[in-house]
Amino acid sequence: MQKQSIFQSKLLPYALVAPQLAIVLIFFYWPALQAVIQSFLLQDAFGLSTSFVWFENYVELFKEPAYFEAIVRTFAFSFAIALSSLSLALLLAVMADKPLRGGTVYRTLLIWPYAVAPPVVGVLWIFMLHPSLGVLSRYLRGMGIDWNPLLDGNQAALLIILSAAWKQISYNFLFFLAGLQSIPKSVLEAAAIDGARPMRRFWTVTFPLLSPTIFFLLVVNIVYAFFDTFGIIDTMTRGGPGKSTETLVYKVYTDGLLGGNLGSSAAQSVILMIMVIVLTGIQFRFVERKVTY
Amino acid sequence: MANVTLRNVRKTYPGGFEAIKGVNVDVGDGQFCVLVGPSGCGKSTLLRMVAGLETVTGGDIDIGGRVVNQIEPADRDIAMVFQNYALYPHMSVYNNMAYGLRNRGMPEAEIKTRVEEAARILELAPMLERKPRQLSGGQRQRVAMGRAIVRQPKVFLFDEPLSNLDAKLRIAMRVEIRKLQRRLNTTSIYVTHDQLEAMTLADILVVMNGGQVEQVGNPLDIYEKPATTFVASFIGAPPMNLMSTRPDEIKAQLGANGSGASAGILGIRPEDFVITDQTPSGGVALPLTVEAIERVGAETFVYGARGHDEERIAATPGELPPGEIIVRIPGAEAPPIGQKIRVAAIRQKLHLFSADGRTRIEA
Repeated sequence: MQKQSIFQSKLLPYALVAPQLAIVLIFFYWPALQAVIQSFLLQDAFGLSTSFVWFENYVELFKEPAYFEAIVRTFAFSFAIALSSLSLALLLAVMADKPLRGGTVYRTLLIWPYAVAPPVVGVLWIFMLHPSLGVLSRYLRGMGIDWNPLLDGNQAALLIILSAAWKQISYNFLFFLAGLQSIPKSVLEAAAIDGARPMRRFWTVTFPLLSPTIFFLLVVNIVYAFFDTFGIIDTMTRGGPGKSTETLVYKVYTDGLLGGNLGSSAAQSVILMIMVIVLTGIQFRFVERKVTY
Repeated sequence: MANVTLRNVRKTYPGGFEAIKGVNVDVGDGQFCVLVGPSGCGKSTLLRMVAGLETVTGGDIDIGGRVVNQIEPADRDIAMVFQNYALYPHMSVYNNMAYGLRNRGMPEAEIKTRVEEAARILELAPMLERKPRQLSGGQRQRVAMGRAIVRQPKVFLFDEPLSNLDAKLRIAMRVEIRKLQRRLNTTSIYVTHDQLEAMTLADILVVMNGGQVEQVGNPLDIYEKPATTFVASFIGAPPMNLMSTRPDEIKAQLGANGSGASAGILGIRPEDFVITDQTPSGGVALPLTVEAIERVGAETFVYGARGHDEERIAATPGELPPGEIIVRIPGAEAPPIGQKIRVAAIRQKLHLFSADGRTRIEA
């Protein structure tokens, strides 16, 4: 049954939602609208004249091979980040779910990285893996690996994926732990009596029961990898070397703020916005359907 | 098929809490054993120890002549029905039942035969493809039973399987479980806090309290000769009336055998009272003021209070000290509230216990 509040005054309910609406309108709809308008405009190099060009910015964008490379790169990064952070977090959560001595300390420590801001994460990993300053770089070179993410694009990509995934593990861990704890203990006991060994029990009972959580986290992680990795990329590689770590979000920034091509940058933002809307739409559709057993 | 023998079984939790304090029970092949007791008495812990879901601190658990203390639940050849059924929510009814057989590598054809046979017995055939969430409570309960019987284990373990069902269904399922157990003739251990379930299902009844066994035996024997005041008040509803008595009263009522006891507790079941003006020879009679009446149709419960002042000292042998008394009388005819009545019970229906309630004194 739905709870329904009855208001005496007609104005009061509107007044109550007004602050929330104001925030959403000012900080989301207005800039979003600006971006859409901007994406239809073309400015000359000095910003003296602006003309309305309909979809020219979009057409130009799709003619640009670098944009497609950025799309492919972004998806590759996202899946790599989502996959590695999800699987590691699940492994940690499964282990933390067992009755442990000092379990709460262990769990708290695992949650901490989430409190670290993305640019700080970047700095942290740079300290460890910078080719000349990095603590770990010495050992890597000692092992005969030619470690130089400032020159090697693949190594730079690996570095970004590693640090972005590391930060997201905490968040995923938290959800996995909650998901694991919501599985009735008796169901796992029944499976144990039914002759399923721990590994089989995990894959045939725990994992399917976690699937709503996994799906939810997959979408959240992809969205994270799309957008929130900006800070990490900016502090670590600035999209380089070359363009080997330039994702869609970073390209919006370089093309718009550094390159001054506001129209193209706006068009890219709009495309990104559509992607998020689609992702969120998928999430709502599937999560609503699959989450309840 | 197998015997289950518990020899001095103990369980102490890491915090030092003693959940089971040395339990000895012997369940014969094909027998239905019911563990009954109030919540926290350790009955579920004991069952889980037999299942292998809890470790054993001391003593031996023997299933079919093999000590299983160190053996995994999967290898004990037992099946368990849980209180919340513990069905696999993502599997169909068919797969719920087939899961345990698949884990043991049984050929699919035989699995199909067994599951279909179980579904036929439990009337689940039309819903084999459904998920547990699409079933009613009673149907889920039957799936849980089906999952146990397809395995054809040596022992069935039931952990309060009926407590989540409504009253009517509970009675129906209780009869079903009994019939099924008789038909399959599989040794069973059943945990419940409901004394009625315990009485009706058990071949052997084990009454537990505080991690210890209070009494083991045939349900009717326990009802007729409860070994302690705990058993006396736990088995039977409404509970037995218990009253403390002085030595002279014991002597007066029970003769020479009572002489050893300094003081004792006298127990009389509500149904053993009759409303009468007579004092039966050797029995007891109590004057009561009717305080409340409960009519349940076929019988009526009369709650009476014994006057504190006037009855402080027993006037004649057979009068007991103050307290509240429940009297069960057949039919719906009852004295009005406030009326003074006299109830009596004959000598053969009196139960006498030591003052601490731990031992029964036979007259």
